[in-house]
This record gives sequence, structure tokens and C-alpha cells, in this order.
Amino acid sequence: MNPFATAGELLAALESGDVTAVALTEAALARARAGAELGAWLHLAEDEALARAADVDRRRAAGEPLGALAGVPVGVKDQIVTRGIPTTAGSKMLAGWVPPYDATVVERLRAADAVVIGKLNQDEFAMGSSNERSAFGVVKNPWDTSRIPGGSSGGSAAAVAAGHVPLALGTDTGGSIRQPASLCGVVGLKPTYGRVSRYGAIAFASSLDQIGPFGRTVADVARLLGVLAGPDPRDSTALTSPVPDYLAALGGDLAGLRVGVPEEYFVGGMEAAVEAAVRAALTQLEGLGATLVPLSLPHTKYAVATYYILATAEASSNLARYDGVRFGHRTRDRVSDIADLYAKSRAEGFGDEVKRRIILGTYALSSGYYDAYYLKAQKVRTLLRRDFEAAFARCDVLATPVSPVTAIGLGERVDDPLQMYLMDIFTIPSSLAGNTSVSVPCGFDGGGLPIGLQLIGPPLGEERVLRVAHAYEQATEWHRRHPATNEEVG
Amino acid sequence: MGSADWEAVIGLEIHAQLATDSKIFCGAPTSFGDDPNVNIDPVTLGLPGTLPVLNRRAVELAIRLGLAVGCEIDRASRFARKHYFYPDLPKGYQISQFEEPICVGGRITCDVDGVEKTFRLTRIHLEEDAGKNVHDPKSGRSHIDLNRAGTPLVEIVGEPDLRSPADAVAYMKAVHQIVVALGVSDGNMEQGNFRCDANVSVRRRGDTAFNTRTEIKNVNSFRFVGRALEYEIARQIALVEEGGEVVQETRGWDDDAGVTRSQRGKEEAHDYRYFPDPDLMVVQVDEALVEAIRADLPELPRDRRLRFERDFGLSTYDADVLTQSAARADYFEGVAGAVKDPKLAANWIMGELLATLNREGQDIESTPITAAALAELIALIEAKTISSKMAKGCFAAMVSDGVSAKDWVAKHGGQITDEGAIRDAVEAVLDANAPQVAEYLSGKDKVIGYLVGQVMRQTRGKANPQQVNAALRKSLEARR
Repeated sequence: MNPFATAGELLAALESGDVTAVALTEAALARARAGAELGAWLHLAEDEALARAADVDRRRAAGEPLGALAGVPVGVKDQIVTRGIPTTAGSKMLAGWVPPYDATVVERLRAADAVVIGKLNQDEFAMGSSNERSAFGVVKNPWDTSRIPGGSSGGSAAAVAAGHVPLALGTDTGGSIRQPASLCGVVGLKPTYGRVSRYGAIAFASSLDQIGPFGRTVADVARLLGVLAGPDPRDSTALTSPVPDYLAALGGDLAGLRVGVPEEYFVGGMEAAVEAAVRAALTQLEGLGATLVPLSLPHTKYAVATYYILATAEASSNLARYDGVRFGHRTRDRVSDIADLYAKSRAEGFGDEVKRRIILGTYALSSGYYDAYYLKAQKVRTLLRRDFEAAFARCDVLATPVSPVTAIGLGERVDDPLQMYLMDIFTIPSSLAGNTSVSVPCGFDGGGLPIGLQLIGPPLGEERVLRVAHAYEQATEWHRRHPATNEEVG
Repeated sequence: MGSADWEAVIGLEIHAQLATDSKIFCGAPTSFGDDPNVNIDPVTLGLPGTLPVLNRRAVELAIRLGLAVGCEIDRASRFARKHYFYPDLPKGYQISQFEEPICVGGRITCDVDGVEKTFRLTRIHLEEDAGKNVHDPKSGRSHIDLNRAGTPLVEIVGEPDLRSPADAVAYMKAVHQIVVALGVSDGNMEQGNFRCDANVSVRRRGDTAFNTRTEIKNVNSFRFVGRALEYEIARQIALVEEGGEVVQETRGWDDDAGVTRSQRGKEEAHDYRYFPDPDLMVVQVDEALVEAIRADLPELPRDRRLRFERDFGLSTYDADVLTQSAARADYFEGVAGAVKDPKLAANWIMGELLATLNREGQDIESTPITAAALAELIALIEAKTISSKMAKGCFAAMVSDGVSAKDWVAKHGGQITDEGAIRDAVEAVLDANAPQVAEYLSGKDKVIGYLVGQVMRQTRGKANPQQVNAALRKSLEARR
């Protein structure tokens, strides 16, 4: 089977009996093993995956009803908890931890009869934009293995781009799905805050974290989103609105669609190739019947600063539970008292970027600084949300670049956190506003590195952004290009 | 200066465990006394990826308490995270309420040495309890039991209105009585389900400013609160009079030694870094819920006690005993409403009934003698069908054989009140006991007790004792 076959194509082949789930699973595992030098996978759950695939084949043969993704191999970001399968969030702190429960999204994948083949690498605790912050090694970009895949869901983006799996789950806090999707030339969607349950997503910044789908086509992403989305009694912040049929929402032209183009997203410092590709995409959207609406999101310039206060404040709290007492890394050194146990375990278990953010967030919440930082940032967050509300009164979706640059070289910015943080300048605002946004391939730079187009919708605008992304994708050929793969596996 | 020149300023923070079946943010049970770490789940353990979901019942119980003590109910309260590291705190933070508690204001009225006093509340908020560290001195190891972690609590924060240990004890007892009467908490202090932190400072009488205070942590008995405060107030006065200064600190009460001891100084005080918990929504309380809870509020124990004194003419002591629990007070009202003399009903309940229940290890909720059955017995006494003495025998039979008072009377016959029959019995006894008659007539009238006994024996206990007594004296005098 073609490693770049879509989930839709695989489902058709499974239904017609051309291929079995076991064969697809074996092939996916083989590609993952053969592509190990990418560093995308932290753990392959071979036995469990094959057993599940065999069960799907048996039930299909018996004519039993099957779920929406029956027999399709899927990868899961290691930030997401999987019962019986090691889950580390890319951190030494959780090395060897085998969760006793499943995240809600993993339950839903299993209920849909998808075959989870393993866990995907990522920046530690989802903190990073390059996937150089994993405790278990960097992930390389399948288009150019000297470059970053983006982050923090770099393993998910790379595994999908390289054809290991057609679908993967990521998490997005400030761009961690969209940015690696853009840098790896695949489709990635950050749902509206609350559209997908966070139960079992290891918390980085609770008010921002969302689980979302990766795929190589918009239709595949729509299909996976339909499985993931929905209310969950275990997550108070999960939205209760019914889940539409995202796949059925695709199709039709874009006549009458108003596409907002925020001026703040086309600024100096952006690579020329990125701007050119995104502007070309805008022209193509016009060609499909859309009208471009130039507008302004005036508080955009405060977004990165606001994000790095709120996200680090929440992270400093969420990561307090890693104390070496009940689970996770505990120092082997002699300790003088309980405080020493905490200090040593945390000093050894967390990486530098995680420590940096815990310290920043602790400071922002400290007595005497809370009003100036955390409270002020919350106020700015409200202003950013209002920016979007005003914009969506004038347009249906916003179209922007995802990242100001294409994939940078491994090690290029790893020692410059500020420059690294600025890579998320275009993805952070809609995270703060709780909107939905999707990254869809819109071209390549001179070096053959992918460029992504971001389509931002209002809260619960998933159908809308997917429909626009799909119309654009169908009118272009970008999604048909794939990185070179290992010939032996094919 | 003597201690009479000083006054204490005391404020209590009372923690009461809410009477819910499951924990405040997950479905794990709240039962007590199980093996360590069985009433836990991924949420209790704070496992990565878990999220809290608020228990509605806990919210309703907090509102119930708030309404009963006159709080404003915040229609949109919020939970916050309070951070500190401790092994019994699984998430590294406690979910509590900080800036926006569910209940604001309110007051507690109680009687201190017979004087009615009203003390203001600051607030009542919801929070989760921590687990328990168990230190084993033998092995030098510490063990952690997280059964209690995540148990719902209300923290009842009082204004610094208390001026003496007696005030504090009366206030704490009043709060305890209220939470138990409302069914908000079982109030079990031995299990730690009702405990307090006491903030105390001293100042010279007449001063209005507050001085530096200390906090005595985790006191779980009324007696300990009184003793700890007595000690701490004396310690602070002595310290200041010797020219020292009170240091703001947390202290613990050591009841065996009878002293408070410093546990943590201000320099070690935590910066809790409170911020609103992003995992939980604002707690929306609608008018209909508040009104439904308000309509369901019972009469508070103190109000009921005052009503019993007023309407039934009971003494404060009797009314207090009878309002110790709602079930007991309901029982009393059931009996009192069916008989003529409420005091007689009170005496029977506080005497025979409670003694029997005590002996049998039962309580008023499981009493074998219903209020109607006891009322039937008391009505027979009031109708003089049986004497009080016979009634005791009847009551014993009701308890042991489950007979009704009327059936007992039908079987054993009522008391003898016929003057002629009593006179005949008296004459017969006097005739048969000449030496005792002579004794009486010589002035030793104590012997009449013996003669009464003989008459009662002759009538098999059924003669009316008052009539026997009167008839005996009359007949004896006639023989003088």
C-alpha cells in the first residue's frame, strides 16, 4: 500500500477487503522502525496494536459493526495519556511511567476502532517550538533532516509527513499543532478551546491546551476531529454543543466567503518566501469566490508577551505535582529532608526550558507581582479576544501565515529562547482567544521546505475553516508532494 | 499589670467535612476507617492529565449552611489554586476558594455563660482536604494515606469578634450544632471531620487596634480549644509584660504538655501564589436552587431550644438536652403534642427513655419505643390509670416484650384508687403490724415508709401511692 494513502483511502481498501488491518498495522510499524532516524517515535506498542488490528479484522469478517476509523493506524503524541503504554510527555521526569488510565481521546480512538501504534516525540511537556527540547532526542524534519520539524508536536507532524501513519494526535497550547504541521507540510487543526476533552492530556497551560488532529489531507483531519470532539463529563471545560459531521461539511465553492487579512500578520522579519506563498494563497482564495477583507487585530503585538505570562503561570502550577513522591523521577541521591527530595528530583527530572518556564510562571504569580503580570495579562487576553470578535463581525475566516519562517536548522535557535518564542507569533493570538485554526500546506520555499497557510475561525467555527481549507487544498497540488522516503519500506 | 487589664482578640477558622458520598472533584468515596489508599482514583492521586469536576452536592451543602447562618450566596463564585509542597498534597496545590467564596458574611448567635452573644462571620468557602502523613518512629519512615485527599470541606471563617476562650468554645459548639442539625456535616471530631485553627492576639483593655497574632493549628476538640487559648493568651500577656514581642507564627497545641509550640515562623510563611483554577468553571448558582434550599432549611437548634422553653415551659437545661439532635427534638415534640404535660414528657424522655437507649447502645433514631407509644403510656399516668411506679414496670415490659401500654394495663389491671379498697388494705396492714403502729405513735414517723411498702405489697403495687400515704396517716392518727 502506498505509504501516503489517506485514511479515507485506507478505509475504502479495508472495506473492500483489498487489505487487512493487520497488514496496515505491520506496514506502519515497519515504516516507523525504518524511519527511526527521524526520532519521531518514543514508543511503539507493537503487540497491542497488532492484537487490536486482528480484532478489527475478525469483527469485520464476522460482519459486526465497526467504528469510523476501523483498522486505521494512528500515532499519539506522548503528552496524551495511554493506559498500559508508557507516557513521558518527552520528559525524563516521567520516564518509565505507565499510566493506569486512558485519556478521553484515546478511549474515543479505541471506540472508533483506530489502531494506536505508538507514542510520538515532542518537546518536553509541550514546551518548545522546535522539538529540540525532548529529553529523548530531537525530531528531524522529513523534508530535510538537518532541520527542525517544529514543535511541540514535532513527532506527530514528522510521522504523518514521512508516511509512517496517516493520522496523529497532537496538542496545541500556543501553536504546537499548527506550527509543526506548517513546517512539515501536513494539515493540523487546533480545535476551539473545549471542543475536545483535555482529560488525559498532560497539562501544560490548562486555559490554552487543546488536543487536535494531524493528517495529510483536510478530509482526514475532519474525519479524525469527528472522532475526538464532544462533551466529556470528566472535563468541566469541555463544550457541550453537539458535534457536527465535519466530513459532510466539506465541499462547495467559496462564493460569498469573506476572508479577513489582518495587517499585523504581514510584518517585517517574515521570510519573503513565506509572505509570497501566503499572498498567493489569498489570491487563489479570491479565485475560488472569496472576497478579501483587509482588517486589523490591533492588540496582536502584545500576544507573545501575554502568552508567556499566562502559559508559564499555569505551567508552574500544573508541574507542581512532579515531586518525586507518587510517580515519576525521584532522585537517587541521599536527601536531607523532604524539601531536598523535591529540589533534587525536580532539578534532575526537568529540562532547562521547563525549568525556565516554571521559574517565569512562579514569578508572575508571586505575591506583589500577581496584579502587574498575571492579572494584566488576563486583561490583555480579553482585548485580544475582542479583536477577533470585531474581526469576525466583518469576515468569516482569517487567513494568515502560520510561521514567519520555514523550518530552521537544528540547533540554530536553541540557545536563544526569545527568538524561539517569536516563531509562534502568528499562532499564539488565536490560542489566547480560544478560536479554532487550521494549518494547511500552501507552498514551498526555495530550499523545498513546506509553508503553511493558517485559517482562523471563530469559536466552534471548525466546519467553516475545514471547508475553506478543503476548497483551497482541492484547488492546489501541495498536499500531493511528499518527502523522499526509505525505498526499502515503500 | 494583671490579666484583668488585658483582653484577647480571637477569630476561628473552622473546617467541617461535608456529608457527601464522593469527593469534591471526583467519584472516589469519602468513607472513613478503610485501609490506606483504597478510596483513591487517578484524580485523587493527581496523576498527569487528570482534571477536577465539581461535586454539585458539596455546593448545595455549602449554600445550605450559608443560608442558615445569614450569608450572602455568591451567584458566581470561583475556585483557586493554593500552592505549597507537601507529600500529602498530591497536585502540589490545594483547590480552594480565595477571592470569590460561595458564602459571604453571616453570623452565629450563641449563649456564653447565660449571656446571648452574636459573632460575625467573614465568609464560608469550599475546598478540598489533603491526605494524611503517618510517621512511623520505629522505622523512621513516613507513609502517605490519600483516602482523605479530595474530601469536601467548608471553611467557616469568623471575624475576630471573640474575646475569651469561653466565647471561642461557645461559638465553636454553636457552629458544630448547626452543621450537624443541617446535615451539612457529621461533625465527627475524633475523625477530624470538624476542626479549627484559632487566631489569637492580646491587647490592653480599651485599645482598639489589633496586635500581632499567632495561629494555633488543627484543634479538634472543644476542650482543647479552650485550654490552648487559655495557655496562649497567658503566654502572650506574660511575654509582652516582660518587654517581649509576640511573633507572627503558627503554633501547635500539645495537650499532654498543656502548651502551644511554635511550628512555623513568618519568615517561613508560604507565598501560596493563588490564581483562579483554569480547570474549573465559575460556580453558577441560580435563584431557583437557592430558594429550593432555603425552603428546605430546618429550624436551627438554638431557635428550637428557645421555642421549647417558651412554648413548653421547659428549663433551659431540659430544652438544651432535648435539642441536642433534630431526631431527639422531633421525638419530644411528637410525645409532647399527644399528652397534657410537656414537662412529664420531657422527664420520661430524659429519664427512662435515654437511659434505656444508652444501656442498649441505641439512639433515638432506632428507639424501640415510638413517640406515640410513649405518649400512650404518659396519657395513662395523666389519667391516673396507672401510677408512675407502675408506669416504670410497664415501660420495662414495653422495651423487653414490645407490648403496648394499654395491653399491659389490660393484662395487669390499673392502679387502685378506690378510697374504700385502699382503706381496707390499710386497716388490714395496721392490724397485722402492731409494733410498727406503736413506734409511729411514739413519734418515730419514719416507719410510715415501711407501712406504705406493706400496703403496696398487699395490693401488688397497684394502690395509688399518694392515696395510700394519706389513708395510712389518717388511720394511724385515728389509733392514737
